[in-house]
Parts: sequence; structure tokens; C-alpha cells
Amino acid sequence: MRDENYNFAYLDERTKRMIRRALLKAVAIPGFQVPFGSREMPLPYGWGTGGVQVTASVIGPRDVLKVIDQGADDTVNAVNIRAFFERTTGVATTERTVEATIIQTRHRIPETPLAEGQILVYQVPVPEPLQRLEPREAETRRMHALADYGLMHVKLYEDIARYGQVSTTYDYPVMVEGRYLMAPSPIPKFDNPKMHMSPALQLFGAGREKRIYALPPYTRVESLAFEDHPFEVQRWSQPCALCGARDSYLDEMLVDDRGGRMFVCSDTDYCSQRRGREEAA
Amino acid sequence: MYVAAKGGERAIRNAQALIAEARRGDPALPELEPAQIQEQLRLAVDRVMNEGSVYDPELAALALKQASGDVLEAIFLLRAYRATLPRLGYSAPIDTACMRLWRRISATFKDLPGGQVLGPTYDYTQRLLDFSSGPPAAAAEADAASEAAPRVLDLLGREGLIEPQEPPSGDPEPFDLTREPISFPASRAARLQNLARGDEGFLLAMGYSTQRGYAHSHPFAGEIRYGLVEVEIVPEELDFPVAIGEIALTECQMVNQFHGSKTEPPQFTRGYGLAFGHCERKAMAMALVDRALRAEELGEPLTAPAQMQEFVLSHSDALEASGFVQHLKLPHYVDFQAELELVRKMR
Repeated sequence: MRDENYNFAYLDERTKRMIRRALLKAVAIPGFQVPFGSREMPLPYGWGTGGVQVTASVIGPRDVLKVIDQGADDTVNAVNIRAFFERTTGVATTERTVEATIIQTRHRIPETPLAEGQILVYQVPVPEPLQRLEPREAETRRMHALADYGLMHVKLYEDIARYGQVSTTYDYPVMVEGRYLMAPSPIPKFDNPKMHMSPALQLFGAGREKRIYALPPYTRVESLAFEDHPFEVQRWSQPCALCGARDSYLDEMLVDDRGGRMFVCSDTDYCSQRRGREEAA
Repeated sequence: MYVAAKGGERAIRNAQALIAEARRGDPALPELEPAQIQEQLRLAVDRVMNEGSVYDPELAALALKQASGDVLEAIFLLRAYRATLPRLGYSAPIDTACMRLWRRISATFKDLPGGQVLGPTYDYTQRLLDFSSGPPAAAAEADAASEAAPRVLDLLGREGLIEPQEPPSGDPEPFDLTREPISFPASRAARLQNLARGDEGFLLAMGYSTQRGYAHSHPFAGEIRYGLVEVEIVPEELDFPVAIGEIALTECQMVNQFHGSKTEPPQFTRGYGLAFGHCERKAMAMALVDRALRAEELGEPLTAPAQMQEFVLSHSDALEASGFVQHLKLPHYVDFQAELELVRKMR
């Protein structure tokens, strides 16, 4: 049931229009961070305010919304954001990746491949991939303008020289269409290849940092690497303990205090769909 | 079978019920009314209005009640509510020289036109816990706001000893921090807006650091004034201003040394602080930080954090800081798993 005390999807229409303009610009320049007049949302900064504003600006009454955090629909923050949109839009929600028209996510891309017409909205804490190397925004803006990404390549090189491998495991930087260096948000690097040539529209919202960026469908997205040190994703030596998947990202659970642990899919929908199929068979 | 963090929905409902119960406290005691908060905790209300960026004592009091007195949480409630309000227009610039004064002091002149007016202040009280909590002593002799008095810095300005502060040529419409994101380098208007809604504790610490050798600017409290100012708008269909009400403001003008530059003779410079309601600590700290942030414009060396725009302005907002620090409470299983795997591999 929609709460009639607030406008549809909370934000007033003028604010939505402002955000849609930023989104259009972001889609037109894939990977480029567009500043926007981020508003205070009724959930804290760092908890998804950017994603919520993007979703609020693109959602319509006939949309079907899925919200995940850490790949799961039932983690508390995902539940809270889903409840926010149920209350302010009254739209249908789902846990099934294939049924959703909009998926808002924190830290994962669903294992089930996305399709044309779907929108994936990322919650982004730090949109600037260079921020940890150069905190001054006036500087990083200049670096993007000149496509001067030497600093990042040096960082990766030093990692390899020191540890024998790149020590970034999530929020692993990507190049978009060979032009802009982009932070994929803190998804594990396991998910990076899913961004490449995705048929879905991918939108990124950073509320606290007031930036929006986007990947239109079928955009080239390459994870940074060197010829002699190609990009690699995480692998597990065992399958999911619940569904047996070998191709999904696994969370580690401690099951007792004697070092016992099990590995299960972080994507709860993917895991339960697979188990459903097994049971049906 | 292991079930991770299932039942999030029920857990949230329970947490909400628990916080409501904790907020209410002992039901045998009467419930606090927002009006009581507005009248008896006015300084907390003023702080919430400042950092909440809305002048509305009733809403600020309600927010304080709902937040169990957690000022930052109350600020959050007010800001989130503010985001749903349409921008109807802008007021004409207020004129603090016309302020009806409740309090007005200058640390630079012993006596001056309009005099020193202590007004309501804790400054000269002995900080002894008062266990009597009886009715207050007989009413003060003057409680109504007194007449306006000229601003101290305007008096200095007549002698040309302090830098003039005129609107930029053409008086362009100022940047609006609540509509657009700040970009660096930021104009002084943008900086002052940022500081005005900035966290009082943060500004206090940054201002304090300038007094301890990190970008020292030899400040004097030229004037601090607190009182009522009329707000006027100029409706589109009329071409004269219409007063829509009065708001309480605290203004601080710091007078700072300046040794001169290639183009400017030695003179005093200004640091400016302005806050809703009665918030002297905030206004004074803001004035110190404003002056420190003018280092580049005045050709002073940039050596200290308080002079660095990006450092100060990107970290001053209590909501941004509180939200991002506390987001570490959110699950990070996926990222932590990636790090676990890496550390195992590297060992």
C-alpha cells in the first residue's frame, strides 16, 4: 500500500527530473561521473542513498523491484530499502532476478544473466576510483579529463612487485570503452566480467559523494590488467553446500567454534532456483 | 540447515518496537511534549535547525523527541523531511545591521554605539550543578529585544582599516548548496553555506586548531550579535519587498590580522559566521574556519588542514560523516570473503 503523504517514490518531481538529466548525461558518456544535487534521503549516507535516488527517479508504477545486499534479498538493509519503495511507490517486488525490471544492489551482480530491458542500480560508496591514491577531487577530475591513469597502473604494478598479484579483491577498477577509469562499486572482482557487454542498463548512484555514472547496454568494460598478469577472478575449491553450484560466488559461514565452515552461494535467488529445479527433477 | 540473517523483516519490526519503547522510558513518568523541548531545550533546538538547514523550531523539537535527544539523529530527521519540500523562492538578503538585539558584545572595543549587551548567556555563570531546580530568580530587567545598533566592523570600515566586503559585480545569484553539489575550488558563498550546516564539533576542532599554530590568523571577536531579523521576499508580481516574518540569528564577525600583499596594504581581514537561533560557539568556530579557508585568496601559504578546502568542506557534514562511518555496521560478507581468500593465498 502506497503512503499518500509522500510523492510517488518520495522525491518531488522536479528533483526526479534533475536526477534523470544527470542519468541521461551519464548514459551518454559511459563511465564519466556526473555531479548531481543529491538530496538527503530518509536512510543514512553510506547505506544506499545514491542507489535509492536513482531508483526513485526511474521507477514507475508498473515496475517490479528487486533489492539485494551482499547478493541476498533478506539482509536487513535490503529489506529496509524494499520496504521504503513498497511504502512510497506501492510497486510489486520480487526476489526473482528474471522477474525484476529494476534491481537495486549493494556489493553484488546477480549470478543469473541479466536481459535487455532490465535496469541494475548500484549503491556506490566511493565513486572516484582514484580517491585512495589522490584524495583531492580537483586533481582526480584533471586526471580523468586527460585520461591520465598512470597512478593506478603504478599501484597495480607495485602490488604485483610486492605480493606477486594485485591485492584489490573488490571495487576492482575497470576501463569503460577504453576511455574512463571507473569504480564498479565494492562488488567482488568475481562480478567484474558480468558488466562487460551486459544487455541490461547499469546505473550507479553515490549519494554522499553526489555523483551518478552509467553503463548503457552493450558497453565494453575491461578490468585493468597487464599482458603478463591477466585479470583473474576468485575460485573456490568446493561447490555451494546447498545447491552444488561451482560457478557462483560463495560466502563462507562459520558453523561451529572448532573451525568448521561451509560455503554457500551469496546470491540467494540463484541458490534457491537451483535447489527448486533439483527438487522438481 | 544454516540460515544466514533470515527473517530480516521481523528483526527490523522488533528493533523498531524496542527503540520506541526505549525512547518512551518509564511510562509512569509523563511523556515529553515537543512544546516543552522547544521552550526548555532551545539551544538543542537551535543546533538541530542549523545543521538540519530548516528554520522551524517546532519540527526541530519534534525531531529531538523522536531521536531520544540524539542531536545528530534529529538533524537527520529534519534534513530528510526538508528534502521533500519544494523550493518556492529565495528571500531578499537579510540585513543584520537592523537586527533587534538580545545580545551584542565586542571584544575589540570597550564601548561603542549601542553598548555591550550581555543578554541571555552562560558565559559568566559558575558551572555548579544546581540541585534546587526551583523557579528562576525574579525576571530579568530587560527581556524584550532592544533596538538595532550599527555593526562594529562597519565602524572600522569607515576608516578603511578593514577590507571592504561588497557583493561581486553584478550581484550574481549565489550558488545553492542544497540544490547543486559543491565543486572545488569552491566560492566563498559555497564555503559559507557548507560551514553553516557543518557539524559544530568538527568546526570547533578545526577553528581550535587555527589557534594552536595550524594556520594562525590572530583573530579578535570584533562582534557577536544575537537577535531577531526580518525576512523579506520580493514576489514576482510585486516589485517591492514584503516581510514574511522574523527569525533569530547569531552572527560573528572576526577581525584578523593581514600583513598585506602586492596589491593590498596591511589591514584587517574578516572571518564570518552566521547561525540560526542562539549558537555562538558554532558562529565563532565558523568565522575562524572561514578566515582560514581564505588563505589562498589572500596569498597566504597553505600549510594546515583548516586552510584546505577539500579537507574541511568534504568532511564537515555530520550526516555524511555519521552515515559513512556507521555504514561499517552493514554486512560486508562478500568483500570480506574476497579479502579472506586473498590473505589465505598470500600466506
